[in-house]
Amino acid sequence: MLKINNLKVNINDKQILKGINLEVKAGEVHAIMGPNGSGKSTLASALAGREYVSVTDGSIEYLGKDLLDMNPEVRALEGIFLGFQYPVEIPGVSMVNFMRTAINEQRKYKNLEALSAAEFLKLMHEKKSVVGIDSNLTKRSVNEGFSGGEKKKNEIFQMALLEPRLAILDETDSGLDIDALRIVANGVNLLKSPETASIIITHYQRLLDYIVPDFVHVLYKGRIVKSGGKELALELEEKGYEWITEEITAE
Amino acid sequence: MNIEYKLADVTESFVSLFEANRNILLAENNEHLNSIRREAVTSLAKLKIPGKKSENYKYTAIGDLLFEEMNHVFSPKKIEFNIEDIFSCDIPEIDTQAILVLNGFFLNQGEEITKLENGVIIGSLRAAMKSYPDLVYKHFAQYSDYKNDPIAALNTAFAQDGVFLYVPKNVKHEKSIQIIHLLLSEEDQMVQHRNLFILEEGAEANVVICDHSLSIQKFITNSVTEVFADKNSNFNITRVQNEHDKSVQITNSFIQQEQDSTVTSNTISLHGGVIRNNIKVNLNGENCENNSLGLFLADKEQHIDNSIYINHLKPNCTSNQLYKGILDENARGAFAGRIHVWPDAQKTMAYQKNNNILLSDDAKMNSKPQLEIYADDVKCSHGATVGQLDEEALFYMRSRGINERESRLLLMYAFAHEVISEIKLPALRERIDELVEKRLRGELSRCNNCKMNCR
Ligand SMILES: Nc1ncnc2c1ncn2[C@@H]1O[C@H](COP(=O)(O)OP(=O)(O)OP(=O)(O)O)[C@@H](O)[C@H]1O
Ligand SMILES: [Mg+2]
Repeated sequence: MLKINNLKVNINDKQILKGINLEVKAGEVHAIMGPNGSGKSTLASALAGREYVSVTDGSIEYLGKDLLDMNPEVRALEGIFLGFQYPVEIPGVSMVNFMRTAINEQRKYKNLEALSAAEFLKLMHEKKSVVGIDSNLTKRSVNEGFSGGEKKKNEIFQMALLEPRLAILDETDSGLDIDALRIVANGVNLLKSPETASIIITHYQRLLDYIVPDFVHVLYKGRIVKSGGKELALELEEKGYEWITEEITAE
Repeated sequence: MNIEYKLADVTESFVSLFEANRNILLAENNEHLNSIRREAVTSLAKLKIPGKKSENYKYTAIGDLLFEEMNHVFSPKKIEFNIEDIFSCDIPEIDTQAILVLNGFFLNQGEEITKLENGVIIGSLRAAMKSYPDLVYKHFAQYSDYKNDPIAALNTAFAQDGVFLYVPKNVKHEKSIQIIHLLLSEEDQMVQHRNLFILEEGAEANVVICDHSLSIQKFITNSVTEVFADKNSNFNITRVQNEHDKSVQITNSFIQQEQDSTVTSNTISLHGGVIRNNIKVNLNGENCENNSLGLFLADKEQHIDNSIYINHLKPNCTSNQLYKGILDENARGAFAGRIHVWPDAQKTMAYQKNNNILLSDDAKMNSKPQLEIYADDVKCSHGATVGQLDEEALFYMRSRGINERESRLLLMYAFAHEVISEIKLPALRERIDELVEKRLRGELSRCNNCKMNCR
């Protein structure tokens, strides 16, 4: 589904990603861990097509197409979803209007007819119960005045509505209480199918109790320095990153 | 060229224009009006049309704009046209009462002035001067300050007609009154007209003013609207400006509020060549509320300048100013919000906000708050911002599959909505919502409602 090959990325002429290789197949769940500032969000941004993230080398292939050739909205329409580490507030744009526009853009792309206001509200109602998001939140402006946890739940709610093929969740679990954590995990697990995949960026093993990853990768200073199964996450939880960074410097 | 000379010349040319047309302008056999007109000309000659050095007209070179040779028409000209065929500024679902003013003259479609069953009097100001002189002259030219304001003086000297509205004590007039100012001519023309709205104690009314140009000629409009809102009255006035790029429009609203009254004005500037809106509010009794809101959208070489002056004369009044603008291409915008709190006006609450978005590097906005506060127990705030569309928000929307153009539109629309949401009548609010959305999408041309192929 996704093939990242020797990806090098600059931000403001400073190299942040220094040659990432990663393959994600349909049906898989990948977890990416790593210390602060190692480049996890930068990788997510490169996948979503942020302008200030400039790819200097390497390639990304998504469903057989060149992802780097697509602008952000086309990537989304092709099924990529990024759950933001810091979702932005958009005063004046209502959640309903925002999501209805997004859904209908997607339907247009698939040559489907636009949903009417009533049909959309029905769909929204369904998905709301999946995520357990408070009804009042969807009546408000996008993320405006939402608490940290509410913003994260809102990301999952949007994901549930858009039903992406490849979900990239950037620390969606940070700042969540235990119930919200279950909701997030539930959202991801509901989406799981042989045709879909997810990349979960997290600092905590506890999310991975609910979403069991097929692979765990450690990103360090712009490189994936270690990959393994779900037991790697447990090991990191126990020992921290030091033993890996020592391993690298020893080499 | 010597600027001072040129300015004296503009003023001079209007004074001689008055002299040349004295017979028509003073022919009404109405000494009251005639003496006001004569005073206005004298005061115009003394004050002079403001030039570049004028602080008040710093960003809109009114002297230069008025310097141009224009035609003036001092008696209504019959122009044959079928209103339904060419124009519909209709507001569906609102029961409106439409009044047409063509090139400054009330367009007679029946009675020139009507007294409705509930006692409301509505019609031509010129006719009202004849039929209801006492009512008119109790308020006419009382608030427009033509002795200190040269632009108001200019209008007072020349304006002959417009709309008169009188709402008697405790009458709540349900039907919105829609006044459509049309410009339609075969030659370039300067138009000056005048409205007078009187709300007696406890009265309520809604007025919608639409300013439209229907032909491509150059128009310069200088209009004055006087509002008297007596005790406990409630008045909403919404103005939609949609004129073409060659038009120059100066509007002057003078609002006099007495105790416990509420007046809300929304000025929506969709299109125009040069627009200057002056609003002056006197809060002349305790517990008044005034809301002055505006939204302006400009691109190409358009120029929009809003100047608001809230005069807090008495204690316990509240005023809110909210002006928002979106400027693209080479557009120029200006906002001056003045709050004057007199020593007597304790417990004043006066708020002012002006937010602007520049969509291009060449668009420019000047925003200037001016607070003069001479009372100590007051709450005042002001804030002005000039910025761009939020890039983070744009990316967020695009990452959900919404294309860039649509994302930008959603953001602009959200920005504009803060002003639109304050329009009190739901049907009118929806209609203006729609117009603004069309305008932002670039689908509202100046000929939107016009089937004359005047391009
Ligand atoms: N917009 C930006 N401008 C300048 N530097 C940036 C920008 N975004 C990221 N960086 C830098 O790139 C590096 C990687 O940041 P990134 O956000 O990808 O880290 P991360 O692994 O997601 O960290 P965290 O776990 O704290 O979220 C950091 O040194 C950061 O300061
Ligand atoms: Mg991060």
